[in-house]
Amino acid sequence: MKIIQVKNLVKTFGTIEAVRDISFEIEEGTIFALLGPNGAGKSTTIKMITTLLKPTSGDVIINGFDIKKQSDDVRRSIGIVFQDSSLDEELTAHENMDFHGILYKVPKKIRRERTEQLLKMMELWDRKDSLVKTFSGGMKRRLEIARGFLHHPKVIFLDEPTIGLDPQTRNYIWDYVKKLNTEENITVVFTTHYMDEAEKMSDIVAIIDHGKIIKYETPQTLMDEAHAKSLEEAFLYFTGRDIREESATSDIDRMRNIRKSHGRK
Amino acid sequence: MSTIYILWLRQLKRSFRSKSRIIGSLGQPLLFLLAFGYGFGPVFQKAGEGNYIQFLTPGIIAMSVLFSAVFSGIEIIWDKQFGFLKETLAAPVSRVNIMIGRTLGGATISIFQGLIVLAISFMVGFRLESAVAAWNVFLFISLIAILFTALGTAIASILQDFQGFQMIMNFMVMPLFFLSGAIFSFQGLPSALEFIARINPLSYGVDGLRGSLTGVYQFGFIPDLTVLSLLTFILILIGGYLFSKIEA
Repeated sequence: MKIIQVKNLVKTFGTIEAVRDISFEIEEGTIFALLGPNGAGKSTTIKMITTLLKPTSGDVIINGFDIKKQSDDVRRSIGIVFQDSSLDEELTAHENMDFHGILYKVPKKIRRERTEQLLKMMELWDRKDSLVKTFSGGMKRRLEIARGFLHHPKVIFLDEPTIGLDPQTRNYIWDYVKKLNTEENITVVFTTHYMDEAEKMSDIVAIIDHGKIIKYETPQTLMDEAHAKSLEEAFLYFTGRDIREESATSDIDRMRNIRKSHGRK
Repeated sequence: MSTIYILWLRQLKRSFRSKSRIIGSLGQPLLFLLAFGYGFGPVFQKAGEGNYIQFLTPGIIAMSVLFSAVFSGIEIIWDKQFGFLKETLAAPVSRVNIMIGRTLGGATISIFQGLIVLAISFMVGFRLESAVAAWNVFLFISLIAILFTALGTAIASILQDFQGFQMIMNFMVMPLFFLSGAIFSFQGLPSALEFIARINPLSYGVDGLRGSLTGVYQFGFIPDLTVLSLLTFILILIGGYLFSKIEA
């Protein structure tokens, strides 16, 4: 069964084309990596697929539901770990988990069990009653991921999940993702800049650049095609070695960052 | 229901944990009561208008509820900037319920605030004059609280950051307060200002509160209640609509 179908998806911000007519399909139970340089359109694509951003045009069907007409059904089918923090820093770790569980209607008993299991796995259990604002960056990231796994969705989206984490925690997280994938047949869609993760974990890799999907293959095929020893080499072969700071969409990101840093209290 | 409850609870937890904010937000009404109450009191008395503290207290309660409510609504901008809003927007729950939960949470805090200011006003010399219908006092405080939290929510749904915030304070919240009959009555105002005061929703809140606390209405209980209820209903609809249009 095709769990995700993306057809002719387009997003423009003013005159900037962030995502230009992309189409792809993902089979249920796949671990799917969406790779691309900074500003290639990865996060914009994920935001549209997860109903957080309205596409300029195009269609997305997730788990049989149309993101435009059945957004609540889509939201019930998915889980998201965002690229940047979406925790409530004035609440404790445990309260953040509880809040999420109640919003996603996870039954109380399961919520308690999983919260304990996940917080222990992320080594946050003895800090469960501390306010999140007292946490370090890595701890916040771990809590964010624990929260994303609290309800078991059909598809989980991980937008650069392991950024800023040590190798131990990264391994932990990927083992858990793999386990969920094999035991519960959860489809995983993730973005990352760590090519070794994509090489090891993913069944299918899509490379997106300048808002278009330029490759959609298994990691092995990509490496064979590029005559590369690693996915990183293959990735550089397909996307070039130029640094993409000046690309159109990274301007948006930079503006966003400037705005954020000025706006904070 | 669970969505509304958990968002309501979150607002309460956040507010009651921020001790400095609670104390800070009580400082202003107290200052206004003391400075205006004792400063203008003698003039008011000489003009034959009676005890100024009696006149002023309902206005200051309305003010503290107004400020607290608008701020609670505007807190959404914080959530936008700190990313937490995405967590609620991505959840499979009705956005209108999220908005209602937040609004009720913000309103509950504002109601508390109004009741505390009422308690403080007794220490400053405010006295109940007639047999007060306690329920009416609570009713009007609640309506002001819900109405203006919904207004803050609606505004914050449109704003992206705090750049526009100062403008809202200066061109909306302060005029709402000053031209509501909270610190002086409409009589003798230039007709343009009196017109503004008459279309100012807070005027009906101040009047309702003053009426139920001291027995003196300008518009009357039924008009006050009707205007406030109707506007509250409309603003919840508008706020809910604008909130549901937010994109991450």
